[in-house]
Amino acid sequence: MVYSISVRDLTKNFNGFTAVNRISFSVKKGEIFAFLGPNGAGKTTTIKILTTLLRPSGGSVHVNGYSLKDKDRIRQSFGIVFQDPSLDDELTAYENMVFHAIFYAVPKKVYAKRIEELLKFVELWDRKDSRVKTFSGGMKRRLEIARGLIHHPKILFLDEPTLGLDAQTRNLVLNHVREINKKEGMTVFLTTHYLDEAEKIADTIAIIDHGVLVAKGSLSSLLKKTEKKTLEAAYLKLTGTSIRNDQASSLEHLRTRMRVWKK
Amino acid sequence: MIAQMYIMWLRQLKRYWRSKPRMIGALGQPVLFLVALGFGLGPVFQRAGEGDYVTFLAPGIIGMSILFTGMFTGIEVIWDRQFGFLKETLVAPVSRVQIMIGRTLGGATIAVGQGILVLLISLAIGFHVENWALLPLALLFMALIAVLFTAFGTAIASKLTDMHAFPLIINFLIMPIFFLSGALFPLRDLPQALSVIISFNPLAYGIDGLRAALTSSAEFSVVTSLAVMCSVTIVIVLLGSYLFSKIEV
Ligand SMILES: Nc1ncnc2c1ncn2[C@@H]1O[C@H](COP(=O)(O)OP(=O)(O)O)[C@@H](O)[C@H]1O
Ligand SMILES: [Mg+2]
Repeated sequence: MVYSISVRDLTKNFNGFTAVNRISFSVKKGEIFAFLGPNGAGKTTTIKILTTLLRPSGGSVHVNGYSLKDKDRIRQSFGIVFQDPSLDDELTAYENMVFHAIFYAVPKKVYAKRIEELLKFVELWDRKDSRVKTFSGGMKRRLEIARGLIHHPKILFLDEPTLGLDAQTRNLVLNHVREINKKEGMTVFLTTHYLDEAEKIADTIAIIDHGVLVAKGSLSSLLKKTEKKTLEAAYLKLTGTSIRNDQASSLEHLRTRMRVWKK
Repeated sequence: MIAQMYIMWLRQLKRYWRSKPRMIGALGQPVLFLVALGFGLGPVFQRAGEGDYVTFLAPGIIGMSILFTGMFTGIEVIWDRQFGFLKETLVAPVSRVQIMIGRTLGGATIAVGQGILVLLISLAIGFHVENWALLPLALLFMALIAVLFTAFGTAIASKLTDMHAFPLIINFLIMPIFFLSGALFPLRDLPQALSVIISFNPLAYGIDGLRAALTSSAEFSVVTSLAVMCSVTIVIVLLGSYLFSKIEV
């Protein structure tokens, strides 16, 4: 199997509103795949479907070779950092890690070592017995990344992992992600709306807008296709320059459709 | 499978243990009821030839504290949704029924703990246990009340996304459940309509069973109380598991 994720004609409707519209893409094993798009484009919805939290309205999805029906096996095979925090603030960092290890049936002998290794990796070992509510946003993010790795997942999903972090912390988090990808050969599926991040670490970039996949490929192929010099210029050409609210307007929908048709 | 339920249970206990104000706050109301009603209505009760009111009241107030604590721990589901931890549990390779049962047992353990504290306070202010050999039976009834109403609270919380709606709904339900349970007054010689309503309230059987175990006086037979409590508890746990498994995040 060369692909960690393959998605065909994936669609998700929320009471008549189409958040994800017949997207297809594949993610190669071991690559860093950046899913780029403005607010409300459908990135989180796609991640929720890939991670079995939402049922698709149509299309087929395979994650690590399992179809979505194979819920427990898929779940055991990935780690995820959600867009919004998902730690228990009343527990310590270490307790959050142990909770996760037990939920994923990692034996005690294994997890004791793994947790130490990971907390040291994200530089939180000396704070392991502090309650999470005393952590800064960046520390929480790093802890969530460490937690998502305890059970040796084959894919790590990161939904806007750097949202709301300062430049230094963003950099640190990205370096961690790249290091894990190299060291453990782990596939990384990352959403972001920071173009520089995608530019910096992604092997493949896919751009989604209004639920429609408008482009995908390596950075150089995207630049070539759009005849632009920077990812930013290419991105703006593909997605337009209008400002987005979470709920997309129908006019914008129409424009995207037409852009896709023209290609 | 057991390990996952255990860690869920342990987490509930740790969270509770770390919020001392919650523990102490939860004791205030039962103690107030015990003292104010117990001593306030005691003389009237005595004159009516019903014996010692504190002895009658204590099992009811123990039941009340378990009811309140159990129902309100359901709100943890809503907190977990708000603070995001719910997603961490729902995306794991663990069945939702296990998560729900772990949660419920955690909340129920806390509720029984509160019940035991109220029992101790009752003893301190003059409550007499008739037969200590029946204590395990009393604990069983406390556990059943705890599981039933924790599961009920969790079931309701599974359907709600609004943190503010929960206390309103719970108070709306808790008050009739409590006042129409025989916690405060004997079930004998009541108006027909009231008797009928009370006979549909599971808490009435829980408290009556508790009273039977602690004071050797009861309205229903212990077997009836046990049978009713067990079956209602099973139904509510199943309902709660179903609603919890339908949560989307
Ligand atoms: N549960 C839901 N019900 C209705 N609409 C939703 C729901 N979740 C997301 N949406 C809508 O779907 C669109 C895509 O949302 P999302 O995937 O969160 O975007 P992104 O993560 O790219 O910012 C948005 O317009 C959003 O309002
Ligand atoms: Mg999003």
